Amino acid sequence: MRKSRVVSALAVIGITIPVAQALAADTIAVASWGGTYQEAQAKAFFKPTADALGITIKEDTTNGLDDVRLQVTGNAVKWDITELGADECARGSKEGLFEKLDYNVIDKSGINPKLVHDDWVGISYTSVVLIYRTDVFGEKGPKTWADFWNVEKFPGRRALSGSQATETLSVAALAEGIPIDKVYPVDVDGALKSVDKIRGHIDAWWTSGAQAMQLVKDGEVDMASIWNGRAGTLKKEGAPVSFSFDQGVLTADCMVIPKGSKNKDIAMKALAMFVSPQLQANLPLYVDNGPVNEKAFETGKIPQERIKDINSAPENVKKQVLQDAEFWRDNLVEATEKFDNLIQQ
Amino acid sequence: MSAAPADLPDRGGLNADVLSADARREALALLGLCSPGIVLVGIIIVLPIGWLFWLSLFDETGMLSGANYARVVEQASYVRTFITTFEVAFIVTGLCVLLGYPLAYMLSQLPRRAASICLIFVILPFWTSVLVRTYAWLVILQRKGLLNTWLMDLGVISQPLPLAHNFTGVLIGMTHILLPFLVLPLYASMKAIDADYLRAAMNLGAPPTATFWQIFFPLSLPGLAAGVVIVFILCLGFFVTPALMGGGKVIMWAMRMEQTTSLYSNWGAGSALGVVLLAVTLGLLGVFRWLLGARATSAWGAR
Repeated sequence: MRKSRVVSALAVIGITIPVAQALAADTIAVASWGGTYQEAQAKAFFKPTADALGITIKEDTTNGLDDVRLQVTGNAVKWDITELGADECARGSKEGLFEKLDYNVIDKSGINPKLVHDDWVGISYTSVVLIYRTDVFGEKGPKTWADFWNVEKFPGRRALSGSQATETLSVAALAEGIPIDKVYPVDVDGALKSVDKIRGHIDAWWTSGAQAMQLVKDGEVDMASIWNGRAGTLKKEGAPVSFSFDQGVLTADCMVIPKGSKNKDIAMKALAMFVSPQLQANLPLYVDNGPVNEKAFETGKIPQERIKDINSAPENVKKQVLQDAEFWRDNLVEATEKFDNLIQQ
Repeated sequence: MSAAPADLPDRGGLNADVLSADARREALALLGLCSPGIVLVGIIIVLPIGWLFWLSLFDETGMLSGANYARVVEQASYVRTFITTFEVAFIVTGLCVLLGYPLAYMLSQLPRRAASICLIFVILPFWTSVLVRTYAWLVILQRKGLLNTWLMDLGVISQPLPLAHNFTGVLIGMTHILLPFLVLPLYASMKAIDADYLRAAMNLGAPPTATFWQIFFPLSLPGLAAGVVIVFILCLGFFVTPALMGGGKVIMWAMRMEQTTSLYSNWGAGSALGVVLLAVTLGLLGVFRWLLGARATSAWGAR
């Protein structure tokens, strides 16, 4: 009697352990930026993927490359997939923080080759655009960065990004009249000279998307550089603002599998789903960040009248500069230090 | 007093051994009682700070170097940030003293019930997050904010005052948030002052002003010193308020640490900033102790 109980107890343990392992293997952790963007990703990417693959996707939020570096160098990787800015991906790749991606599993067709790399792949686009208040300028507000730099023709209060030196240097180059296809590689010293010209007229250097939005919404500034998602939200809320994708700066976000991920294979399959045209086409239905896979526009999922408002629609891509992640990988530190020295004078 | 233990062995050799053994046992027992605390402090404070210091000595390639410290001295923006940080810390501490001292004095003179009601208003903001309070200041101080709108409607000013997104905004926001840290220790020390001293002074013919400056003020100094040190140290590490109220033009050391940590791929860059701040803060604390502590101690000694 007693022996049989022990045996059955062992049997129970024997059964539960493999089941527990199978369950653990079928859960992956994905980290993104949080907020409305991640809610949109959850609906567009995570849920359909989890359903299709029969896995559980546990969500988390990230602060960026530091978090990944901390996890990988500390041998405590808790994410299987994480989102980063493209320049962060390029830098992390140089530091060897990511697992190699298998392009037999992930279909890269439709994704700009500049965003397809051994260990990172693009996931969505954000644009830096020029926004102005229509209650100050009517419809005749500053349309180009040269206008933004022209303080005589367009007097008013101005804000630019102080935290994203890469973006501000790109628009500074555009303000000098450099055509959009010649901005990269950025002439950093030339761009800094351009920043130097406008610096005395900048009333706030914003450090977060929420702050940029607040500055424009409350009328603290009359024109600003801003991310298109934030600009779109302001317009939807009924703020008197206008913006367009002309001379916008397209910045990509990317996804990686941190080195040492325990569920690499499932993560690979999930990532393949995320960048597939079908799921990519879901993203603009929930948020203003454009899909990275241009085939998403051919799926017919995105309504025609919506397409013109998406920053990565082929029509809009032509009007914008694509940030070169690999250029910033090599030049970010030096350029940012110089930029900080300049704006903090 | 201090000479007494040395006299012991001469007086009675019989008890001396037992007594000193007893003293040793007691000391050991006390050490035993303290040891969990000491170990905890060692693990959660001393070790990590030592590690921070260690990390700051390595550059990007993992080689031992002073590059992280050299950068702090060579790059103009770091020096500028450092100066700004201390400028803000000194001014905010000064403002807190100017506002907090009279407030604590008033509170200490009120009847108990009234004082506790007033104290609630000092403590209440403590329960609200710093972020929320900072945003509230933005709403009040910005160009189209409450204050500027009222002043313009009343015809006091024609152009909005630049109160937010600059140095002034940072000072206002930080002073508001840090004021309770000065008022509370100060109030406690003022409450502990025996009113009989004041009565005695007046009884001996001192006018109220002299009583205040010669009796009350020196006795309240230890509380003031404690408050000033707390406020000053907290100022040095402030992040949220300058980040939001400074309009990107007031960069403080903590903001710089955050930027540096994400910009450089080695932890050393950020830790060097931490070490510099720690060293300078400890140095300043020493100066504070020497300036305020000595006077405060003598005031207590006179009691």
